[in-house]
Amino acid sequence: MLKDITLGQYFPGTTPAHRLDPRTKLILVVLYIIALFAAESFVSYGLMALTLCLCVAVSKVPPKSLIKGLKPVLFILIFTALLNVFYTPGRILWQWWIFRVTIEGIFTAFFMALRISLLIMGTFLMTYTTSPIMLTDGMESLMNPLKKLHVPVHELAMMMSIALRFIPTLIEETDKIMSAQKARGADFETGSLLQRAKAMVPLLVPLFISAFRRADELAVAMECRCYHGGEGRTKLKVLRYRGIDYTAFSLGALILAGVIVLARFGL
Amino acid sequence: MTDIIRTENLSYAYPPDEGKEPVPALTGVDLTIEPGSFVVVLGHNGSGKSTLAKHMNAVLLPTGGRVLVDGIDTAEEESLFEIRRRVGMVFQNPDNQIVANVVEEDVAFGPENIGVPTEEIRRRVDESLKAVGMEDFLLHAPHMLSGGQKQRIAIAGVIAMAPQCIVLDESTAMLDPSGRQEVLRTVSWLNREQGITIVLITHHMNEAAYAHRVIVMDHGRVAMDGPPKEVLTRSKDLRRLGLTPPPTVELLSALSEAGWNVPLDAIEPEECAQAISKYLGA
Repeated sequence: MLKDITLGQYFPGTTPAHRLDPRTKLILVVLYIIALFAAESFVSYGLMALTLCLCVAVSKVPPKSLIKGLKPVLFILIFTALLNVFYTPGRILWQWWIFRVTIEGIFTAFFMALRISLLIMGTFLMTYTTSPIMLTDGMESLMNPLKKLHVPVHELAMMMSIALRFIPTLIEETDKIMSAQKARGADFETGSLLQRAKAMVPLLVPLFISAFRRADELAVAMECRCYHGGEGRTKLKVLRYRGIDYTAFSLGALILAGVIVLARFGL
Repeated sequence: MTDIIRTENLSYAYPPDEGKEPVPALTGVDLTIEPGSFVVVLGHNGSGKSTLAKHMNAVLLPTGGRVLVDGIDTAEEESLFEIRRRVGMVFQNPDNQIVANVVEEDVAFGPENIGVPTEEIRRRVDESLKAVGMEDFLLHAPHMLSGGQKQRIAIAGVIAMAPQCIVLDESTAMLDPSGRQEVLRTVSWLNREQGITIVLITHHMNEAAYAHRVIVMDHGRVAMDGPPKEVLTRSKDLRRLGLTPPPTVELLSALSEAGWNVPLDAIEPEECAQAISKYLGA
């Protein structure tokens, strides 16, 4: 049952969206977020929505899976929209007790919800089209200048990729421990929330102990393979910007500029 | 030629729990392992065989005596990477020694660490995977592979560093019989075809048949040392050391006690069957 959990949710493919350098995608996502916050009204938001639709079309990621990604934040989305509807000052449309609906409120709420949805779908699109290793590689390379400020960039990237590597292993292990406990009469599924939380303790203790043991063994194995941090390390795959990346950069910059100009005119 | 591994009066005691006397894990071990040989180290639990293995690439440092790897003293801290480059180690649990989530990235991990140029890493990764017969799994996720396949990936990761010697520290202990066969076939091929020295630590008696030399450890000392045909046929001594002699040896000695004229050193099942049929036919 635990094996069904998918993490990172990478859809392998060979579309231009997949072939972009991970650094390009990370930078483009940042540009996209800036543009989203610069957007002002219908035209600029329309441009952003169009951009996202085009990217989705190019990447061939099923749009359904992007919309599914919104589910966990649906509550926050509705909550912020409602707050905005009721608490934005402006021309009053309808009033009851302390609740006051304004025209401005409706607009703000709509744009706010649209902004959050576009934001989430855009970042999801990146993780859908980039494998976790490429993503960590890209982040490590982008954060490289921070090394001068003594930020342990390589170590952070290594930790992240090891964490990703061990997720399936630990899930498998959890499954095994659960079966073992169930075989001895443990009950994880019924009872109150508190009871179920308590039932997790005999699951988590062995899991943690084995995770620490694994960490210990892995550290020795890594040392045996001459691991000594990022210093003097070479790479099997070197990241390189290609023509497609420059095209994507130019398009991204163009859209950002367009949104900023449109927003200046209040569109 | 220098011996690839040489221990001189090697002793080791694990740091004791508070208020307790240190228990020696190894006492006065003198061994030389020649380049190109295939050595199996046997012993029951707690005999010190794993501790011995960990001295062979400076995971542990001796508390007495010294260990030389290709002439370098393992106590020299500045030569640590030189030592580990020469002697690679494969561990027991395949899951806990695979670092990356793609096979090729994992094999590349060692060469990346020692600063091998990119094109050279590519070449080494492809060659190592071919050497262990896993070239079709280049882009697979390691957790989807079987135990034997994972261990072969781990071996490929070691070969990619171009070592002179590979130490397998109970690397077959967690595998099923077919996985064990895969690993054994791989290491004997590497030994035969590429001249890599193999030190295989195990408690599976029948794995010793592959070796040129068998060392039996007991209480931190070398109890027996010699070619498999000589060591494995000493049933009584093996039993005394907590080991079960191979079934073929037991069968042959029982037959010879019953008055059959069969050789006692036909260790491998095939060989043993032939010896018996020869006797029956004669």
